[in-house]
Amino acid sequence: MTLAHLPALVVVVPLLAAPLAVLLRRSSSAWAIASAACAFSFAAALVLAAEVAAQGPISYHLGSWSPPWGIEYRVDALSAFVLVLVSGIGTLTALYAWRSIAAELPRDQLYLYYAMHCLCVAGLLGMTITGDAFNLFVFMEIASLSSYVLIALGRDRRALLAAYQYLILGTIGATFYVIGVGLLYLATGTLNIADLAERLPQAASPRAVLAALAFITVGVSLKLALFPLHFWLPNAYAYAPSAVTAFLAATATKVSVYVLLRFYFGIFGLQLVTELLPMREILLALSLVAILTASLVALWQADLKRLFAYSSVAQIGYITLGISMASHDGLTAAVVHLFNHGITKGALFLLIGGIALRARGASLECARGLGRSMPLTSLGVVIAGLSLIGVPGTAGFVSKWYLVLGAIEAGSWWLVAFVVATSLIAAAYVWRFVEAAYLSAPGARTPEPGETPATMLVPAWILVAACVGFGLQTSWSVGTAQRAAALLLGGAP
Amino acid sequence: MSGAQLIAAVLLVPAAGAAGIALAGRWPNLRESVTLATAAALLACVLGLLPAVLAGERPQLAVLEMLPGIALGFRVEPLGMLFALVASSLWIVNSVYSIGYMRGNDEPRQTRFYVCFALALAATMGIAFSANLLTLFLFYEMLTLVTWPLVTHHGDGEARAGGRTYLGFLLGTSIVLLLPAIIATWAFAGTLEFAPGGILRNASLSNAAVGGLLALYMFGIGKAALMPFHRWLPAAMVAPTPVSALLHAVAVVKAGVFAVLKVIVYVFGIETLAEVRAADWLPTVAGFTIIAASVVALRADNLKRRLAYSTVSQLSYVVLAASLLTPLSVAAAALHIATHAVGKITLFFAAGAIYTASHKTEVSQLDGIGRRMPWTMGAFAIGALSMVGLPPAAGFTSKWFLLGGAFQAQHWTAVAVIIASTLLTAGYFAPIVHRAFLRPPPAGEHAHGEAPWPMVAALVTTAALTVLLFFLPEVPLALARTLQGGT
Repeated sequence: MTLAHLPALVVVVPLLAAPLAVLLRRSSSAWAIASAACAFSFAAALVLAAEVAAQGPISYHLGSWSPPWGIEYRVDALSAFVLVLVSGIGTLTALYAWRSIAAELPRDQLYLYYAMHCLCVAGLLGMTITGDAFNLFVFMEIASLSSYVLIALGRDRRALLAAYQYLILGTIGATFYVIGVGLLYLATGTLNIADLAERLPQAASPRAVLAALAFITVGVSLKLALFPLHFWLPNAYAYAPSAVTAFLAATATKVSVYVLLRFYFGIFGLQLVTELLPMREILLALSLVAILTASLVALWQADLKRLFAYSSVAQIGYITLGISMASHDGLTAAVVHLFNHGITKGALFLLIGGIALRARGASLECARGLGRSMPLTSLGVVIAGLSLIGVPGTAGFVSKWYLVLGAIEAGSWWLVAFVVATSLIAAAYVWRFVEAAYLSAPGARTPEPGETPATMLVPAWILVAACVGFGLQTSWSVGTAQRAAALLLGGAP
Repeated sequence: MSGAQLIAAVLLVPAAGAAGIALAGRWPNLRESVTLATAAALLACVLGLLPAVLAGERPQLAVLEMLPGIALGFRVEPLGMLFALVASSLWIVNSVYSIGYMRGNDEPRQTRFYVCFALALAATMGIAFSANLLTLFLFYEMLTLVTWPLVTHHGDGEARAGGRTYLGFLLGTSIVLLLPAIIATWAFAGTLEFAPGGILRNASLSNAAVGGLLALYMFGIGKAALMPFHRWLPAAMVAPTPVSALLHAVAVVKAGVFAVLKVIVYVFGIETLAEVRAADWLPTVAGFTIIAASVVALRADNLKRRLAYSTVSQLSYVVLAASLLTPLSVAAAALHIATHAVGKITLFFAAGAIYTASHKTEVSQLDGIGRRMPWTMGAFAIGALSMVGLPPAAGFTSKWFLLGGAFQAQHWTAVAVIIASTLLTAGYFAPIVHRAFLRPPPAGEHAHGEAPWPMVAALVTTAALTVLLFFLPEVPLALARTLQGGT
């Protein structure tokens, strides 16, 4: 009985945990509630993923109203994959927050963090699982509003400005999205994603569809920080509390990528997208510029959070590059990189949070001699950094493999050269940390010898281990990504 | 133990050793005992595999699925057996030497040094036994990364610069050239397993495509130090000498030429390459590297730099031999991996012993040092003899086969290169021996004797091995010969 309602519970449990956390107030109970709710969602997501792998897509009708009138929740290979990522990272960051957030916020605001965290997790999970374009907007707003609050909680006063910047741009993005959905409704008279896909080819007004495509593309691109719509991201990541940075970096942009994939391949269909607008060429060009410029900018950052924030913009470029290929291998690369980059960046930001806690800042200066004063934290950053570069044996390598394979099969050798050459820039910025940590004498800002607290180090190292694990044993991650790619290319979900 | 268990042991013993060394870090004597015990256990495991491989068996092991359809797989064939044997046996000698050197020079961060060393050996074993290109690539990159802390051991500006060059060249070539080559092979051939006769035979590629792919591989395997991607090797000489000796004369560089051989024999297949004439340019590049590096060595005054360029030149012997594509020359290439290893490690051991005993680093300072350090310089002379390729040193054997292969292929340029480089090699080693034994030591110098005994014992052992391999080349020869005929 409960099992049948799992698709709803996966979202509802963290959603209900949020007001509970507010009611309980005490930070320890709020922490326990948030962690338990996220852990429940994670377990539910794993069960759903297993079920989808065994029996195919699950369609859940909310309140037993059958689609397209009622709201449908739909779990398939792709959405299950994203659900696992979001809920898994959500759980780890909730656990991590116990020490991390306590050091960054006043005691009487702690429950607020946990409430907002639960809301944000629920919003992102909802965006992933829903099969209804308008319901997706509602969840997008839940996730966005809570993330504005989360960022604004940052101790640095500039966090307010960063949150404000994100608020403005995020709202524009969401508005564009909802205008696009409205236009689609106008053209087809439906909001259910599967139904939309079916009716769109017979739409009366191709101009409305074109406008919808344009609005949705811009709106979602703002949320996923596609170059040149990424300006909100570095500040937001740099000034938000560490746990928030890790959570948002690993999940928020990824879910937006997922939405883009759903709309391009699930609703409009590849043919329409490329017919109406030269979307593949546009995405390709923007991805290339994003990868190159953001990597180069990362090379010059003095603050570790900013450095890896710019690296995120570049890595999102790799994901959209895979999408622009629109081939089986290209989409596999995009989907698997969505996951792999999520765990890699999650690990990095969790570890940097540890450095920030011990050194009261996360500039590269703080990392001098860190190999001796915080050996486990430093080693974790190195391993996750290797995954960012794409060294074999790490998750990042797997993504790069499929990206290059896609480029080779498309016959574009220049793209192969571009992808491998730009990963060397990643090597250069990761090595700035390595040289500081292992070859420099401790400076004035280096923390006293002593590790990150265990409750923070363990979640971080779970993700570091995942970076290695998903680099050596890929049958689940790549297998799911390949099924998702087949699903996307096969037409409607 | 079964073959699969032995393979697992070969990979896990040095890794477990690294953990043990780290745990024993506070007690230096215990720590060094762990290193020695690990090295001995590793050699025992490798030797345990030898009879089966000589008897024609090919033990295998596959554990994880690195990518759908490509396992993390291991398979012991003659060439890998030879490489593993060379690296693991020399690790024991090198560990004895390291103890003398690191303590004699009061080096800092010794625990990290021994840990990285053990990890480097684990990576080397992974390369030697890899069953497919992806596994090879995984351990190839791991070897680069775990040797970086050894190269930058001193942590000063020079070490940092050397480390950057090291990493820049090795990671750069492997990511930009080698990785696309591997992925393209997967795209064209649909498999990455090493197979006798090659896997690209049925891929119906144009001759130009085969040539281009070969170029990606040859230059992408930066560890083989083919010019113009050789600069990392002299840069790596900022490392403590035991690192230069085992890693940058044996494990790392041999991993490079080993990979070159594997790719030519098991990915392309020598018949295929000979048919489509896609490798015709390779002897020229290798020949150029041999001559050019020898000329640089001739002019280098720093002893380790001279040895490094000598290594660059000797590595291209292996590439040259492989690129001649005859059974005899391929056997010579395999053999040269072993014979060059024992000779060159002796030379580096001697250079480190000289530094420890007298703090001399330049060739021009070595006048009369043979009288103060007769054992060291005697061993040096044997190593030099092996480099030139004269009996009774091991280098003669591989050079003999190489010349035979060149004649068989009727490749007169190769013959000319071999003769010219023999003269050049004699040209840069003879003056050192001459200075050491025949010139009087400068007046007023403080008298010093030999380096600490573990170092002397190590270099005498490897010098003896160099001579022994000349008289008893059976095992390496048997392995090198089955490379072509067997599977």
